[in-house]
Amino acid sequence: MKLLWRLLRGTPAYLWSGWGAGASLLLFVALWELGAGWYGPLILPDPLATFATLQGLIQSGAAWPELAVTARRALLGLLLAAGAGSALGLLAGLSMTASMMARPWVTLLLGMPPIAWLVLAMLWFGAGDGTPVFTVFVACLPVVFIGALQGTRTLDHHLKDMARAYRLPWRMRLCDLYLPHVAAYLFPAWITALGSSWKVAVMAELLATSDGVGAALAVTRSHLDTSASLAWICAVVGSLLVLEYALLEPVKRELERWRRAGA
Amino acid sequence: MTTLQVRGLHHAYGPTPVLEGVHLDVPAGRIVALVGPSGCGKTTLLHLCAGLLAPQQGTIEQPFAPAALMFQQPRLLPWMSTLDNIALGLKAQGLGRAERHRRATEAALALELPAPSLAQFPAELSGGMQSRAALARALVLAPRLLLMDEPFGALDVGLRGQLHQLLLARQAAQGMAVLLITHDLMEAVRLADTVLVMAAAPGRIVARYAPPGAALARGDALVYRCAAELQQHPQVRAAFGLPGPAQEDMDGLDDTPTHGHWQPVAPAAHPAAARPSCG
Repeated sequence: MKLLWRLLRGTPAYLWSGWGAGASLLLFVALWELGAGWYGPLILPDPLATFATLQGLIQSGAAWPELAVTARRALLGLLLAAGAGSALGLLAGLSMTASMMARPWVTLLLGMPPIAWLVLAMLWFGAGDGTPVFTVFVACLPVVFIGALQGTRTLDHHLKDMARAYRLPWRMRLCDLYLPHVAAYLFPAWITALGSSWKVAVMAELLATSDGVGAALAVTRSHLDTSASLAWICAVVGSLLVLEYALLEPVKRELERWRRAGA
Repeated sequence: MTTLQVRGLHHAYGPTPVLEGVHLDVPAGRIVALVGPSGCGKTTLLHLCAGLLAPQQGTIEQPFAPAALMFQQPRLLPWMSTLDNIALGLKAQGLGRAERHRRATEAALALELPAPSLAQFPAELSGGMQSRAALARALVLAPRLLLMDEPFGALDVGLRGQLHQLLLARQAAQGMAVLLITHDLMEAVRLADTVLVMAAAPGRIVARYAPPGAALARGDALVYRCAAELQQHPQVRAAFGLPGPAQEDMDGLDDTPTHGHWQPVAPAAHPAAARPSCG
């Protein structure tokens, strides 16, 4: 109840703080308009034409199913990566040996291009959901893993000693000691992973599946329909922005309320 | 009588010996203060007593339960309200939410923490309030043994005096054993039944001093004189790296006898040497 009240009370201020972000987005749109005027509609359609095409896609009912399919794949892969990466990163962070062993693996996984994973995934999983979900999972896993690992390693040893002196059982150590600290590292990692999950999902669909935004982009490309391509891109980026600022950011603010205390 | 017993304790970090042949007793209901210069191994000794480090050589018998430790810094969890921080040890014991909040509130109010501050995060409290919260977190467990590591070092004279009085009153009421670490001779003389003087490199106990009378009954004037007297002992001066005995410093002081009891501890100390006795 208290939480709900705090959220409601915080909403106007949060929305108000969006003006800066809104202004910078509009500036981007203005630059886009400038580019469109320069190159002409075949190369770069102007924003209004793009938004009109997008609206057409939405009204014809073509947009939602494709977006839903892509969202399902991206979010499923992300969820798996966030779950596995956070847990493994935390565990690895608890042990010096494990973190030292894990570092080169992470470099290896981060250095491996997603497109290489995609080729392997196509061989392993074929044309179903498995391919994009797996590719998203492998692309996001190291990002989340390294976030959790660093968070766990940087916990103040003074607080760890305190927890031992007061004989905190392992569940309390996890929930009251590690997680609140690690969250500060996990949230940015999750947000980065969210961004790459959509990118990788669309890429995987473009090459491997017959539905989803990626597949729709492949169709617009073969029709040389630049404005539809841009409309799909806008749809993906828009849903990403909504997910981050309507879901992850408020959760992060609520969990990290203590950071603003006394500042 | 229940007694924390440390016998022949040696400890080293790698090749560097930190503690050598430490013997000490902290019986129930007594306050023992360890004074020594920075880096003489006091904190290591306390962490060994608290079980945060395993003894390498020698034995520590710690029969008190529960024991609570108060650190040099408050070490409150920054993401928890002050009340939840105070109740941390109770939560670890598996006490229900309502009951632990009730006890924590009681402990906090007894230490004169204002009620509104309990809902705030530690970062919103002043240093003095944070120290009170840390003390409340230790005392709410009703410990039989309280281990304290320079707990009031960062506070001003007034706050320190207040917390000393609160601690002494609580100790007298509950009869807990206290092992207090400090580098402040005055604090040691004010609070302790027995003051153990430590020297550094390697850390060892070089002398014992028993200030006169009961801690609660010692007035400021007596504490000043005892601290000055203690500081004149060659072993204390050597331990703290002060230049040799300075008789002229004493000339201006009131030289009424304090009846404090001084006893040097030989290098080959034996268990009996560190046993407290009234001066």
